[in-house]
Amino acid sequence: MSRILAAVFLMAVVTYIPRALPMTFIKKRLTSRFVRSFLYYVPYAALAAMTFPAILYSTGDLTSALIGMGVALVLAFYEKGLLIVALGAIAAVFFSQILL
Amino acid sequence: MLFRDPDFRYGLKKGVPIALGYAPVAFTFGILAVSGGIPPSLAVLISLTNLTSAGQFAGTKLIIAGAPLFEIALTTLVINIRYLLMSFALSQKLLPNTSMLKRALISFGITDETFALAALEKDDISFSYMVGLICLPYWGWALGTALGAVVFSVLPGLVQNAMGIALYAMFIALIVPGGKKSRAVLAIVAIAVTISSLFTWVPGLKQVSAGWSTIIATLAACLAGAVFFPREEV
Repeated sequence: MSRILAAVFLMAVVTYIPRALPMTFIKKRLTSRFVRSFLYYVPYAALAAMTFPAILYSTGDLTSALIGMGVALVLAFYEKGLLIVALGAIAAVFFSQILL
Repeated sequence: MLFRDPDFRYGLKKGVPIALGYAPVAFTFGILAVSGGIPPSLAVLISLTNLTSAGQFAGTKLIIAGAPLFEIALTTLVINIRYLLMSFALSQKLLPNTSMLKRALISFGITDETFALAALEKDDISFSYMVGLICLPYWGWALGTALGAVVFSVLPGLVQNAMGIALYAMFIALIVPGGKKSRAVLAIVAIAVTISSLFTWVPGLKQVSAGWSTIIATLAACLAGAVFFPREEV
């Protein structure tokens, strides 16, 4: 039990440190166009890299994952919002696993 | 008063879909932890203190496997290094007069999703906006974990499988609208996805952990973006 508690504590610390360091200590606005352009693209690049190909292995089988991803892409293209896209993908995976 | 602050209310509203999207993922986490022998109270404690998906999933799997503490800490750290970039990007978006204590407080709530929503706001963001934005996702994450931990054996496996896609679908919902509007964003997404695919499928590169491959793909794609598509109004 104390081993698990120690592990949880360590995990919390190594999760907090990278989150806190830059935001807490960099108060100055950087004016470099290069740096500002770089940072503008971070959300898109990071989310894209985390999504694909990991999404293909997120449901236990490739077919349902592809169908879920397709549904998510279409719903996102029509800008349906986070929750609708997530629920739509979950439903698509669920029914394709039942039916296929 | 925080509750009267329009920034806080606006952030709170923006956090609703994140919180609801977190619930099924946290639910899955609760199931994973408890089915691995971790008591429900500890599973909730992990969610309350870590508030991160990939990192705490990996860390918890290692706890269950009985891995040494050093390995648990190192793996979690590597997965979470990407937050350095996100936190850096948000440091440039937060109102410059925000105090260090406030910065240290809200940085606890930086997740992939809260970061993306905050970073994609048109204007600068304030402390109260961030508190509002983080509030509901934080409790959604904890409550989802508690529910999953309590009812873990009741839920059929099929539903559990289907919920695995929720986070990724949220990521897609955040990326696609930006890609529709900007060819540069589309190119950055294509580069990032190509690199992470290489790290997943090419022999030799496969040894690189998911944490590092995300960081490398993000750095390379954003570098390419800054070189080839520098932004006008920055």
